Amino acid sequence: MKQSIYTIIKNEPLTSAVYRMVLAGDTSAITKAGQFINIKLEGLFLRRPISVCDYDEKTITILYKIVGKGTAAMEKMPPQTHLDVLTGLGNGYDTAKSGSAPLLIGGGVGVPPMYRLAKELLAQGKIPTIILGFNTKEEAFYVEEFTQLGVKVMVATADGSLGTKGFVTDIVKTLSEYTYFYTCGPEPMLKALSACTLTSGQLSFEERMGCGFGACMGCSCATKYGNKRICKEGPILEKEEILW
Amino acid sequence: MVNTKVTLSSILLDNPVIPASGTFGYGYEFAELYDINILGSFSFKGTTKEPRFGNPTPRIAECINGMINSVGLQNPGIEKVISEELPKMRKVFHKPVIANISGFSVEEYAYCAEKINNEAQVGMIEVNVSCPNVHHGGMSFGTTPEGVAEVTRAVKAVTTKPVYVKLSPNVTDIVSIAKACAEAGADGISLINTLMGMRIDLKTHKPVIANKMGGFSGAAIFPVAVRMVYQVYEAVRLPIIGMGGVSTAEDVVEMMLAGATAVQVGAANLVEPFACKQIIEELPSVMKKYGINALSDIIGGAHK
Repeated sequence: MKQSIYTIIKNEPLTSAVYRMVLAGDTSAITKAGQFINIKLEGLFLRRPISVCDYDEKTITILYKIVGKGTAAMEKMPPQTHLDVLTGLGNGYDTAKSGSAPLLIGGGVGVPPMYRLAKELLAQGKIPTIILGFNTKEEAFYVEEFTQLGVKVMVATADGSLGTKGFVTDIVKTLSEYTYFYTCGPEPMLKALSACTLTSGQLSFEERMGCGFGACMGCSCATKYGNKRICKEGPILEKEEILW
Repeated sequence: MVNTKVTLSSILLDNPVIPASGTFGYGYEFAELYDINILGSFSFKGTTKEPRFGNPTPRIAECINGMINSVGLQNPGIEKVISEELPKMRKVFHKPVIANISGFSVEEYAYCAEKINNEAQVGMIEVNVSCPNVHHGGMSFGTTPEGVAEVTRAVKAVTTKPVYVKLSPNVTDIVSIAKACAEAGADGISLINTLMGMRIDLKTHKPVIANKMGGFSGAAIFPVAVRMVYQVYEAVRLPIIGMGGVSTAEDVVEMMLAGATAVQVGAANLVEPFACKQIIEELPSVMKKYGINALSDIIGGAHK
């Protein structure tokens, strides 16, 4: 973990509620896809944890949905605004277990970490298939960005306005030739995926956090292998250890 | 050169800054960020006889200038704390630590105190009679003079280490509680623990915290803490560890003027991981600004 000051260089809407923010600064603490950052916002006591969508030597890209006071404040921040951020938080996805053809399944605000993960897997010579789930076509984002990575992308929308009508699980159930799965999204989706997938996999969980770096025990979760802190030993848990 | 040293029950601290129990774990996460040996001491995660998972999640709620937590004393139990955590703590912190213990019966408090008594690493015992998170737990002991006295006597009977009783602010008369601790043989008083609080989600109409209520902490409670430290200082002749919303070096000075010999920093550590380091680094300049040569000179200064 590192604490540092970052400069917003881009803050733009992708849909009516989802925004992309690019932060410039020290990214050396980030080591894996699936990790998150924790942002201090003026006037709010607790920091706001947001998953990393992508990063390079100088920038961090996050995609956030406006859901409360924190994200509403972020939406109004112009470029050049400085932010106090903790980076390199959480365990991140373990790509060593992926096999040659893993599924990456992102639902709604769970889509962002899949982007970096897809890039890492591709760099390792693996062939990931991406499944993205949204409520409607209007709410869909990053479909084009994933496609540009040169991977197979399938989309499910609840109202059928884009791709398959239904949920990501409706697509997953039609597939059998995958070696592993990685996912992030709402908990009902994670639970459904845990039940319908044919392989092992890693799932990213959300919980209200106090600190985001393991000090307060605010986000504990009981697993088959003992208590884990979602912010420290998580947010990624393996399918086999989860107690639903 | 200003002097930041204070003496707490014959333990000399380099400075009065002590991370509060439950906001610093066992120190490991912070030791990755800075050398935690700059701290006066630290009070490790509240420990019970049996291992505890604690309360269901969500356990955390945002507030104006503060937060509510309802962790519910998650800890691996006293045996594992002694066999596993203390040896690990020794590697990152070389000064005496404060062992924070809790219990659901007088016997459990005594059990934990007796177990920890042989650990040379432990400089003093802080007895949590006030954790507001556990239905059948500490709260009942901390809210009556008889309850705190009973726990204090039981712990004092089995340990040779200084015993500090950590009081709950959720009482009608903090002074009578503090006096009961003093009469029962406490070596000092820690105060305040969190204030009982609650938030309700406007979208769901339900409490934000799974356990409905929790302990309110953070900068917002600082004036309540200063007031109670001031009152207790007037009432008992025991050293006080003051805490509650302390976030800056100025807060440390103010808390000491109210009567604290040492000062704990809690919620600030969670949102600002370098909070204690920054406070310690800023203390000398704040002391100079207010003409303070030795911090030990200002303890209870507001009472003169």
